[in-house]
Amino acid sequence: MNQHTLPIAGETVMAPQEMTVNIQEQPLLSVQNLSKLYAPGKGFTEVSFDLYPGEVLGIVGESGSGKSTLLQAISGRLAPDEGEVLYLRGSAGSQLEQVVSLYRMAESQRRQLLRTDWGVVHQHPLDGLRPRVSAGGNIGERLMAVGQRHYGNIREQALQWLQDVEIPADRIDDMPVTFSGGMQQRLQIARNLVTHPRLIFMDEPTGGLDVSVQARLLDLLRRLVSELGLAVIIVTHDLAVARLLAHRLMVMKQSRVVETGLTDQVLDDPQHPYTQLLVSSVLQS
Amino acid sequence: MMNTHTRSTDNQGYNYAYLDEQTKRMIRRALLKAVAIPGYQVPFGGREMPMPYGWGTGGVQLTAAVIGRDDILKVIDQGADDTTNAVSIRSFFQQVAGVNTTEVTTEATLIQTRHRIPETALQAGQILVYQVPIPEPLRFIEPRETETRKMHALEEYGIMHVKLYEDIARYGHIATAYAYPVRVNDRYIMDPSPIPKFDNPKMDMMPALQLFGAGREKRIYAIPPYTRVTSLDFEDHPFEVQQWDEPCDICGATDSFLDEVVTDDQGSRVFICSDTDYCRQQLEKQA
Repeated sequence: MNQHTLPIAGETVMAPQEMTVNIQEQPLLSVQNLSKLYAPGKGFTEVSFDLYPGEVLGIVGESGSGKSTLLQAISGRLAPDEGEVLYLRGSAGSQLEQVVSLYRMAESQRRQLLRTDWGVVHQHPLDGLRPRVSAGGNIGERLMAVGQRHYGNIREQALQWLQDVEIPADRIDDMPVTFSGGMQQRLQIARNLVTHPRLIFMDEPTGGLDVSVQARLLDLLRRLVSELGLAVIIVTHDLAVARLLAHRLMVMKQSRVVETGLTDQVLDDPQHPYTQLLVSSVLQS
Repeated sequence: MMNTHTRSTDNQGYNYAYLDEQTKRMIRRALLKAVAIPGYQVPFGGREMPMPYGWGTGGVQLTAAVIGRDDILKVIDQGADDTTNAVSIRSFFQQVAGVNTTEVTTEATLIQTRHRIPETALQAGQILVYQVPIPEPLRFIEPRETETRKMHALEEYGIMHVKLYEDIARYGHIATAYAYPVRVNDRYIMDPSPIPKFDNPKMDMMPALQLFGAGREKRIYAIPPYTRVTSLDFEDHPFEVQQWDEPCDICGATDSFLDEVVTDDQGSRVFICSDTDYCRQQLEKQA
């Protein structure tokens, strides 16, 4: 469906999986008029959007445009100055579904949400990993945090996840500091996915990786997103990554969202002057 | 906490029990809070004591704050009454508080201990004061104090099991043998001070009051009498205490914590009770 793909390191590039969004469905995450400004122009202001289950939203923009601050605020790690983040809690379609406001719930509940229903993948894997705890312990931490107390079961799940993210099983007792950058990043993803979250936040997940490792990581992410039906909000300055992963794009410049739309629409027919500049700045091969 | 008159002892020129009354009141206030919230670490204004940090400054301050003239004090270090640290702390309080001392666990009203709980079961009315080097059980995995305080507040304790997981992954069993983390009253995770895990079960539903003082880190915590104390474990790797293949070489006890002692340059070794009072009692029974 997509003719104008941006190439990545010799990989065959495919468009994001087709996705069906039921319009009657309630959004999983609803961000309303959210602002957080450290100083005028530093941070983000008046951001609103909805994210539906299984949807991948990309946030692109230049350095300093407020992308990462926005991600922190919508993932419950930075209280905004104004606005609301509403989250649909409970398993999809069940009676127990309820909309909760992220910054009006108790801190304990917010943190609980962050380590069960949600996941955060940091740009630098060691920010999201415990460097002095083995790979298995890193993956198992969330399980133990939600009350699993059977060593054998925890280890079995850790092995399963290592396999899923293509890390050899015999590295299970090695420390993350002995892993390569790409492996660390995959381990961080496994650590987040082990509790079967519904929503993942990613901040430049492929930053700092060489292109072939990047390509494999992107393949992995695409597979996991479609297999697990994850909703993802991904911050990146790499338009190729955005095109590969995201269904929808938000373009930010100087604290504001200047353009939103379907990924291929935004990238192939950019409307805002800044988006046009951004798209035309990519090296064409 | 009985006799706390402000009067200096006979020849010292110090206030009763060394600390001034304001300091003792401050420590008692912290103690009340600690007893009210079992296992919670209460900050207190730890004072300089006439001994180096690591030698029991926290325990000595607690003892000084609760001791009275009618108390009978026992001090043990690694279970023994006759080691340097125990002897000097005992004579310190003899001098500055004018109290009687004992080596017999059952006679003591107040027991200050380093690294052991006496083998003889403690009774209601007794107070056990622990010397604590590092009060924060989460520190080894999460070094930020701001974060560990939050984890305690929000009861986020999954990480404690990560430590045990790492033990099993590396050694095949839970290799933590001392300072084995416990959960107090189904709420706070607590470092029981570096007692061997052999002693952990004694803390559970103990009739005596247990007080913990960390002098360098200026923290006090407590377990009130008859409080549930459970040691963390996994379903398939349950908590176990140490066991020995041989009895005590002196008294023949098979139910006490044994120290390994090398007796000559050829590497000969014997195992003896670490609790000297218990060992003596067993010998007297046999006599």
